[in-house]
Amino acid sequence: MSSGAELALASSGLTKHFSGSPVGWLTGAAGQLAVDGIDLAVPTGSVYGFLGPNGSGKTTTIRMLLGLIQPTSGSYDVLGRPMPAGQADALPLVGSLVEGPAFYPHLSGRANLARLDAADRTANPATMRNRIERALDRVGLLAAADKRYRAYSLGMKQRLAIATSLLRQRRLVILDEPTNGLDPQGTREVRSLIREIAADDTTVFVSSHLLAEVEQICTHVGVMRTGKLVYQGPLADLRGQARLLVRTPNPDQAATLLRDLGLDGVTQAGQEVTADLGSMLPEVINERLVRAGVPVAGLETPRRSLEDEFVELTGEGFDVD
Amino acid sequence: MSTESRSVAGQPVNGQVSGEAVVAGPVSTDGAAPPSAADTLAVAGSPAACQTADGAPANAGETAEAGAGDRPRQHWLAEPARKGGPVPAWLRFFRSELRLVFGRPRNLALLGVLAVVPIFFGIVFRLTISAPTGPGNGPPFLNQLAGNGVFLALVVLALLLLLLLPVAISVISGDSIAGEAGLGTLRGLLVVPAGRTRLLTVKYAVICVFCLAACLLITVVALIMGLILFPTGPVTLLSGTTVSLGVGIVRILVVTAYVAIALMSAGAIGLAASTMTQHPVGAIAALLVLVIGSEICDQVPQLSAIHSYLPTHFWLSWDGLFRAPIDWSGVEHGLLSFAAYVVIFVSIAWAKFTSADVTS
Repeated sequence: MSSGAELALASSGLTKHFSGSPVGWLTGAAGQLAVDGIDLAVPTGSVYGFLGPNGSGKTTTIRMLLGLIQPTSGSYDVLGRPMPAGQADALPLVGSLVEGPAFYPHLSGRANLARLDAADRTANPATMRNRIERALDRVGLLAAADKRYRAYSLGMKQRLAIATSLLRQRRLVILDEPTNGLDPQGTREVRSLIREIAADDTTVFVSSHLLAEVEQICTHVGVMRTGKLVYQGPLADLRGQARLLVRTPNPDQAATLLRDLGLDGVTQAGQEVTADLGSMLPEVINERLVRAGVPVAGLETPRRSLEDEFVELTGEGFDVD
Repeated sequence: MSTESRSVAGQPVNGQVSGEAVVAGPVSTDGAAPPSAADTLAVAGSPAACQTADGAPANAGETAEAGAGDRPRQHWLAEPARKGGPVPAWLRFFRSELRLVFGRPRNLALLGVLAVVPIFFGIVFRLTISAPTGPGNGPPFLNQLAGNGVFLALVVLALLLLLLLPVAISVISGDSIAGEAGLGTLRGLLVVPAGRTRLLTVKYAVICVFCLAACLLITVVALIMGLILFPTGPVTLLSGTTVSLGVGIVRILVVTAYVAIALMSAGAIGLAASTMTQHPVGAIAALLVLVIGSEICDQVPQLSAIHSYLPTHFWLSWDGLFRAPIDWSGVEHGLLSFAAYVVIFVSIAWAKFTSADVTS
């Protein structure tokens, strides 16, 4: 099923421009380009981390993918079906959590799930009770299933929201900030749930601004900045631009030699020479250096942290710019 | 629960098998549901009908994939998609919406108030029955009440149409979409996907059911109170002729249905208002202002040119039903007016709702 060429989500030039308020000329509230021509490619079977500072267009993108808001321009496919025409076919195979949990406060968790299942024209009512039971069990809410939703803690609300995406067999699960507001324990639980979902051959698309979370579970990442997709690819590629660092009392000679070896980005700083490692093996470089008579005091292949990359891609920190 | 199970078991097994092939096909790695799935269901205490409904496609699915045994967690999810046609699925959603609206404490309180009013006015009119009101004063049919208790239903319906029924319908219809938007549950329903047109039809259908339920409740309570508190017997019509009590009650039920349809047209306006805001209070107030404004305009003779276009103009034009022979003209004009309002405002609601960005 998961032939690498297939894309669970694909978009081309997806753009959303929110028109300003009708009295915008009075209040100064102009229209806003929330999502600016992004080309998403989420491979089937991947766990795709959708990163970006708050306000960078992540939620707007997710709302477009789920058919809640209409793109201003551009096209997109969900599970290979062109949208929005294919919504009725594709969306039953997509579980989602959009911008925090929202349920009827006077109903129990179980009744809330039953309500959503009743709205699904493709769901089988004969198996509903069983499916709800199992979904609640999987998120650990069975004990609180008959409590009213308004009595739930934030973590329980979040878990109930995740349970909705477990009601049916899904091929894609889209989670918008699934760990928002959770304590460390809850965050861990959600993380392991996401791993479990992904282990079922379900593609997971998870938006977050928590890098540690993404780093631990994702295979692919997309990085948003002010409505643009500034990076997209396997996580390993983003972090994989490994550098080589040589500590030596003879940096000039080392730098020359590294350049001769065809390494890019050779820079010198004091007694340290750094270069992009590329496809060279560090042990080979070490051997060459030693053979050429360069005293090697130390040799490292430092990997940049995801946070370094993130900040570089999205600008100064986590603020909206 | 048991009715739902039965309705599925009643569907042709062929339909279910093809449903498995079409919908669960692409998910083939885990498409197989070994017999253990059926066992689980049996253990969970589901009705026998449920087992058969599941068992049939499970066998069909087994040919698809052999290696599903190493992923036992998948079995319960690998259920066949329901392929029973859109009507049973719509009815299921409709029932869920009915439960939601009629199970909500606030709405039950509204119905409770509507039920108390006929009791209250019944007692008031019983105690003051000797005081003559004179022609033209008080609600229609009040003068007939002393002669026959069944007229209490008509008096109370006319009184409640002034304010309380419009309030109740405003609350229900204004809340329909805007309330879901305000709670955030609208996005949950739409990504299911419930379907926007489908959701709108379910919402409007339940508004209509509520209109009918509210009017019937008032009529039934008023009839009971009328029969207890006042003399009963053959009904003397406005034209002086007398019909039997049974015929009189049937005509009162026709009036009840007419009033319910009048309120459904107001409900269509409320539904349209409800698609335009995330704040239910706004939509509720909008409809209420419109209804009261229309009633006021209807009283201003200088505006007589537009009177017959006002949404509330025909709300009380059912007195022709209590003449012999029956004069249907008022009711006919009214139904035409209500139908026009329903068509226009349901269309507006549909146009707005199916194109709107849901950002709540």
